[in-house]
Amino acid sequence: MSDDRAVKIQVRDLSKVFSDAPGPALDLLKQGVDKAEIMERTGLAVGLNNVSFDLHEGEILVVMGLSGSGKSTLIRCVNRLIEPTSGSIRIDAEDITHVSRDDLLRLRRDKFGMVFQQFALFPHRTIQGNVEYGLEVQKVEPAERSKRARAAIEQVGLAGWESAYPNQLSGGMQQRAGLARALAVDADILLMDEAFSALDPLIRRDMQYELVALQKKLRKTILFISHDLDEALNIGDRIILMKDGAIVQSGTPEEILTQPATEYVERFVESVDISQVLTAEHACHRVRAVAYAADGPVTVLHKMKTENLDAILVVEPDLTLVGMVTADTAEQAHRDGVERIDAVMDASVPSCRSDEVLHNLIQRLAGLPVPLPVVDEAHKLLGVVSKGGLLEALTERGKN
Amino acid sequence: MAFEIPKFPLDDLIDDGLDWLTEVLAGATKAVSAVAETGIDGIVGGLLFLPPWVVILAVAALAWWAAGRRVALFSAAGLAFLWNLRLWEPTVETFTLVLFSTAVAVVIGLPLGIWAALKERVYRVIMPVLDFMQTMPAFVYLIPAIPFFGLGPVSAAFATVIFSMPPAIRLTTLGIRQVPTDLIEAADAFGSTPSQKLFKVQLPVAVPTIMAGINQTIMLALSMVVIAAMIGAGGLGGEVWKAIQRLQAGDGFEAGIAIVVLAMILDRITQKVGSRARHGG
Repeated sequence: MSDDRAVKIQVRDLSKVFSDAPGPALDLLKQGVDKAEIMERTGLAVGLNNVSFDLHEGEILVVMGLSGSGKSTLIRCVNRLIEPTSGSIRIDAEDITHVSRDDLLRLRRDKFGMVFQQFALFPHRTIQGNVEYGLEVQKVEPAERSKRARAAIEQVGLAGWESAYPNQLSGGMQQRAGLARALAVDADILLMDEAFSALDPLIRRDMQYELVALQKKLRKTILFISHDLDEALNIGDRIILMKDGAIVQSGTPEEILTQPATEYVERFVESVDISQVLTAEHACHRVRAVAYAADGPVTVLHKMKTENLDAILVVEPDLTLVGMVTADTAEQAHRDGVERIDAVMDASVPSCRSDEVLHNLIQRLAGLPVPLPVVDEAHKLLGVVSKGGLLEALTERGKN
Repeated sequence: MAFEIPKFPLDDLIDDGLDWLTEVLAGATKAVSAVAETGIDGIVGGLLFLPPWVVILAVAALAWWAAGRRVALFSAAGLAFLWNLRLWEPTVETFTLVLFSTAVAVVIGLPLGIWAALKERVYRVIMPVLDFMQTMPAFVYLIPAIPFFGLGPVSAAFATVIFSMPPAIRLTTLGIRQVPTDLIEAADAFGSTPSQKLFKVQLPVAVPTIMAGINQTIMLALSMVVIAAMIGAGGLGGEVWKAIQRLQAGDGFEAGIAIVVLAMILDRITQKVGSRARHGG
């Protein structure tokens, strides 16, 4: 995917072999031999197999895969909690693969905030103390660090819990604290390692929405690890699917869903609730005819008769949706000698935005006798969603 | 028996080694002996100079602060009972010797434990040494203590330190090694230096385990201090020793019960400190 935003994280040909003598396995990797065979031939475990990707500023990239796919290894290589065996990682164009210990500490302090699956809060510190940790390590003045920690705690909705200890908080709240700790250092990059996986499904959903909402304000660059495709689709701008340490497919959520590259991806995708992913745009059909606001009743009746319609949408010349008339109303207007159809139309016609997910439309359509108009952000008519169109989109998985 | 295999002279080797050590370390042992003796005598003298009820109240206050009201009441009642049994002076001697030995054991043991936790090679050397120190019958330590430090409380303290140090080292190492990996990762991910990680994360998280080690060290020190009466440590052990030599069961049990009471006080106070640290408050 081309993107004109700056590349924040660039990973090239990254491989990880868990061994002090990785040579033979590395050679085999270069020849394209896969993880299972390398294990068989050399007895060495491959964590990552020639992984390359770019992560742009302000983007959320979700790395997906089952356990053992190498996703946790990958995120730990990015801040070198795990040392990669070969390949390179650039952060803001600086190659960090071989920097010294001191530079690495500086990089970790300045560039990264990290959130962990099991929260990893320090049990002996209060929430405030936990959130201050990163700043304390950087030797920020106590007053300043207290202020910044409070701001971060407020940001994640934990205000009032500053002096509580982690074990006094629920899982969801603990992870908010974990997120606040990562936000407090004000680094550009957030590394989130299965951050919501340990939460129950409802809380997980909430946290995903909140992360997306926070991201709108903060514009961080986020590398998010997940094993849950629904989660990936919910929060990811782009998704990378991994298997056996290698990337199987990468793309936007839609690309992954509609064009699964391999059977492996397809099996993943099958389990997804498609109605949460596809939007009105996917189920939208063009309208056969529209009435213009300035049309007279006879013109409108003619258009409806030609297309055999019971009702017709009324638009301005620039296609802004303004209302709807039924055949009966038009007939009555004609008899009453009304000149413009917009004088008698129903101006409170319901509509939906093109980016609304189909899940939200199912209920609304069920109660409507006519198709639902789809509009863009300027309220211009794009088309309509009918019950049939919706079902078609869901069964076809948006492939049409 | 012409073909008898000659005895391996292990005893002679050890004797020679110890003799050599005694000579080489003579200056050092003398200095240590002087310092330790002054320290121990000073504390004992100070505590005995105060009226017993002042000391009892002070211990009770400390127990209250560290472990709550029940332990404080128990400590006060227990010590008052020992005072009433006319065992105040030996109690103070034993108490001092235990605390002094424990302090030395912790001061040496804690850094060793940390070192072993952080360096695999050190761990592999220290652990068998600890096994050796703990399985060796306690009495044996008394013998080399005498050429080093002469008869008296310093020798007793030396033997006690050696005997009681293993749990302090072992549980410090265990506590640090048991810190969950994700906490270590979190510390690393935020750019902690090794010493920041140690003092802000590893040690604080390990405190309950370390306290359990210190508690064990105190208990072992108490048992050793009693045994050390054989080399002139005095105190409650000395009372027991006297009672054995004169076959006075009543006196022996009195002193024995005093030791039990002292053990319970020390145990309850240190245990509470440990479990309080565990609850993070």
